Amino acid sequence: MSPTDLAVQEEHASQRKRRVVNDFSLQVATVNGSGSQTANLVLLRSILLMGVPVSGKNMFPSNIAGLPTWYTIRASKRGYIGRKKEVDFLVAMNSETAKEDVLTLEPGAAVVYDEPLKLNALRTDLTFYPVPFDKLVAPVCPDAKLRRLVRNMIYDGVLARLLGIDMALMEKALAKQLGKKGKAVALNQGALKAGWDYAEANFTKQDPFAIEPMTEAAGKILIEGNAAAAIGCMMAGVTVVAWYPITPSSSLCESLISYMKKYRVDKETGKATFAIVQAEDEIASLGMVIGASWAGARAMTATAGPGISLMSEFAGLAYYAESPAVIFDVQRVGPSTGLPTRTAQGDLLSTAFLSHGDTKHLMIIPSSVEECYEMAQQAFDLAEQFQTPVFVMMDLDLGMNNWMSAGFAYPDKPINRGKLLTDEVLKRIGEWGRYKDIDGDGIPYRTIPGDGMPVYFARGSGHNAKGQYSERPDDYVENMDRLARKFETARRHVPMPVIDAVPGAKIGFIGYGTSHWAIAESRDQLREETDVKASYFRLRAYPFTGELAQFIDAHERIYVIEQNRDAQLLQLMKLELTPERTAKLRSVLHYNGLPIDARSISDDVLAQEGYEVARKTAVRVSAGSAGGE
Amino acid sequence: MAGKVNRIGLESIVYKGGKTTLCAGCGHNAISERVIDAFFEMGVDPRHVIKLSGIGCSSKSPAYFLGGSHGFNAVHGRMPSVGTGAMLANGKLIAIGVSGDGDTGAIGIGQFVHLMRRNLPIIYIIEDNGCYGLTKGQFSPTADVGSKLKTGIVNDLPPIDTCALAVELGATFVARSFSGDKKQLLALLKAALAHRGTVMLDVLSPCVTFNDHEGSTKSYAYVKDHDDPVEEVSFVPFFEDISVDYEPGTTQEVTMHDGSKLYLKKLEEDYDPTDKIAALRRLHETARRGEFATGLIYIEPDRDDFLSLLNVVDEPLATLPLDRVRPGPEALEEIMESLR
Repeated sequence: MSPTDLAVQEEHASQRKRRVVNDFSLQVATVNGSGSQTANLVLLRSILLMGVPVSGKNMFPSNIAGLPTWYTIRASKRGYIGRKKEVDFLVAMNSETAKEDVLTLEPGAAVVYDEPLKLNALRTDLTFYPVPFDKLVAPVCPDAKLRRLVRNMIYDGVLARLLGIDMALMEKALAKQLGKKGKAVALNQGALKAGWDYAEANFTKQDPFAIEPMTEAAGKILIEGNAAAAIGCMMAGVTVVAWYPITPSSSLCESLISYMKKYRVDKETGKATFAIVQAEDEIASLGMVIGASWAGARAMTATAGPGISLMSEFAGLAYYAESPAVIFDVQRVGPSTGLPTRTAQGDLLSTAFLSHGDTKHLMIIPSSVEECYEMAQQAFDLAEQFQTPVFVMMDLDLGMNNWMSAGFAYPDKPINRGKLLTDEVLKRIGEWGRYKDIDGDGIPYRTIPGDGMPVYFARGSGHNAKGQYSERPDDYVENMDRLARKFETARRHVPMPVIDAVPGAKIGFIGYGTSHWAIAESRDQLREETDVKASYFRLRAYPFTGELAQFIDAHERIYVIEQNRDAQLLQLMKLELTPERTAKLRSVLHYNGLPIDARSISDDVLAQEGYEVARKTAVRVSAGSAGGE
Repeated sequence: MAGKVNRIGLESIVYKGGKTTLCAGCGHNAISERVIDAFFEMGVDPRHVIKLSGIGCSSKSPAYFLGGSHGFNAVHGRMPSVGTGAMLANGKLIAIGVSGDGDTGAIGIGQFVHLMRRNLPIIYIIEDNGCYGLTKGQFSPTADVGSKLKTGIVNDLPPIDTCALAVELGATFVARSFSGDKKQLLALLKAALAHRGTVMLDVLSPCVTFNDHEGSTKSYAYVKDHDDPVEEVSFVPFFEDISVDYEPGTTQEVTMHDGSKLYLKKLEEDYDPTDKIAALRRLHETARRGEFATGLIYIEPDRDDFLSLLNVVDEPLATLPLDRVRPGPEALEEIMESLR
């Protein structure tokens, strides 16, 4: 151990007595393409296997190899799985970013680093653990070409020793990660052990951070939202999938392909009960989905903002010709190409009205991987029930990061295919017209090619209740009014908000999607650190349900918390709310590409509430009505 | 008075559509009539046919034939994707798509290209008049160099030869015809119905209002004078027990997917429509002379279509029962266990 490290040890003698158990954020800084993902996932899973709630967030570049990437693992005994703003424990493997990474740490943080980087000279208020990775990897990995990939597993071993993670569980996590790749497992086990042994022989624990067994996370699964949505699609009975690769949605369709190949191939014939097509672009993807849905299939696509923009014209066709379509929008940072590998909730407003003319769409918004799974199924039901596109508004944080969750429940209902015309219905209603509102809910009955029922000509041009071409003013108005009526009906069928009304709370939070995790944590922070109590309304769908107005009425001020610059949900709400209600709305906005965190919300709300905020926020997080900075 | 019925017992009137709203004399109307004849004569059940189109004069025409079939008039240039989706949903359907030279060659060229590559079972007809009719006569990408608009503007960009493109890209049945050639067009349409895979049929179909004047290379007069058939096409469907006698060496016989037969009688030049390179050469040579090679340009009767490549079950995906599309609880449990 170097003299500097001893000095640090002295300086933080008092801190050593304080132990921080199962409550810290650990960041691994590497370059992408270096195989660090395996090491990071093994670390993540081993903490989960210890029974400790965890989350793993990858901040990666839009690049294949050689650029900086950061992976953050948060352990939280209280179950907070949103991003934590501060990094408590850094693993510095990337020479390019190491200096800045170390300089931005809060005092008291710990750093495991690649010894030649000599990071211990940078600060005296941190705990440093230098590890000679190259020296350690050589003996455990004789093949020099593989060393680059095995090297990272050494820090897992070091961390297991420093944090107190059971090595047996870490090896279990490793086996899970690498599966049947025997040689790779053996090599990585050697690296794990080398790290552990080195830490055991050379380090005295000086930082306060530790993992101890809990029961909280026992039996939980770890999954990315995209994979969760894919499982949901499979359980919903999807039959046609058309997609075009785009980050961060590609892994949704890729997961789906692998699940479908395993579970949706007929045992006897070896034939698929599905068709998945990689289309030429997102326009064609949605075109195929519309064609397939029109012909009776449960069809879907997944994309991100740029794809949504391209789908605009077809989205209008599906709305007006009334074809079901399920579209996953795994949102990333725009405008334009934007930050393709960073997260945002920036497509809400444009998607609500995607396409020209008077068009509006159903959107459902999952917050968790479990909701990705469930809402994927609801999306197909809603799309067929309402014969219209349904957008599932995910984001990169949810779609591509690893989330802890309870196992998913098997669907307890059959699927709802909506109003398909049958002989029985035809007998009851007498005369059928494709766009005739027979039940008064705005939803007509449809037929599909080959079903033997009456035929119709679907079109994006003006049509009457019978589906015939028409430019007559009264036909147009009647049809558009019925479509509006159908949208009103949908209010009663989309997922309800989740409301936590706190007695006596003067303020309320409205949030959606992945902001949920930071909001939940922020409410605890506010309650514990100040006397601010906040009710919470988690929006799960557009169109809004009646509860929205009630929630606003029950509070003096409403903070609408979003991960975009322009307060898109707030703007959408303004279109429907009375001026009195609108006047109560304020914004908490976060849009730097990183997932929103609780501290940023708390500080922003406190500032807008007139509190002195001691803690500085590293980035401007708000353009709220109180001018919070 | 009961009319003649076809092999499935339907009268020809069943195959008619709504009254056309296109200009009197429009080539597209003649094509609609041939489609009606072909589907009637082949005894196709209209309830299993889907009609697809994009936007433009051509794309209106599916409303004027097969009134007993489902139809989808999609957005401009994007009919191929809608048709693809529909066929994925139900591979038992018979798809006929009608596009135009603008709808295909300009805004829709991307989807056209990929449709041809996939060999989706669909009859894709381009009603080709070299101009945009519905927006009053602008040039389209199939307009020939030197062709003149009514306003006197001369086209100086090279045309897209949709047949050459289709051959190059992998379509397995590529033909060109003329809306005024009843016999050839009907034979090709009937053969198209016997083919399993992508049929790309470019039909020169003069626009009487905007592109039928002196100086246009897509006028009735010009096309009639410059039509250069590569062979004489006769089609005998599988359900007709007719044997055609021909002198050896004069006629090429092609057996189609469903057992129907095509008899291609050689004209002055030898032509083998199963030879891809010969097909491309012939298209280029004819174009260089300022003429149109018509007839069956290229055929590959046995290649796997897109649905076979995807290895989908025989029944329509659209109507598979829930127990075949929702895996059981043990599958979900297995997945969950793999994630713990």
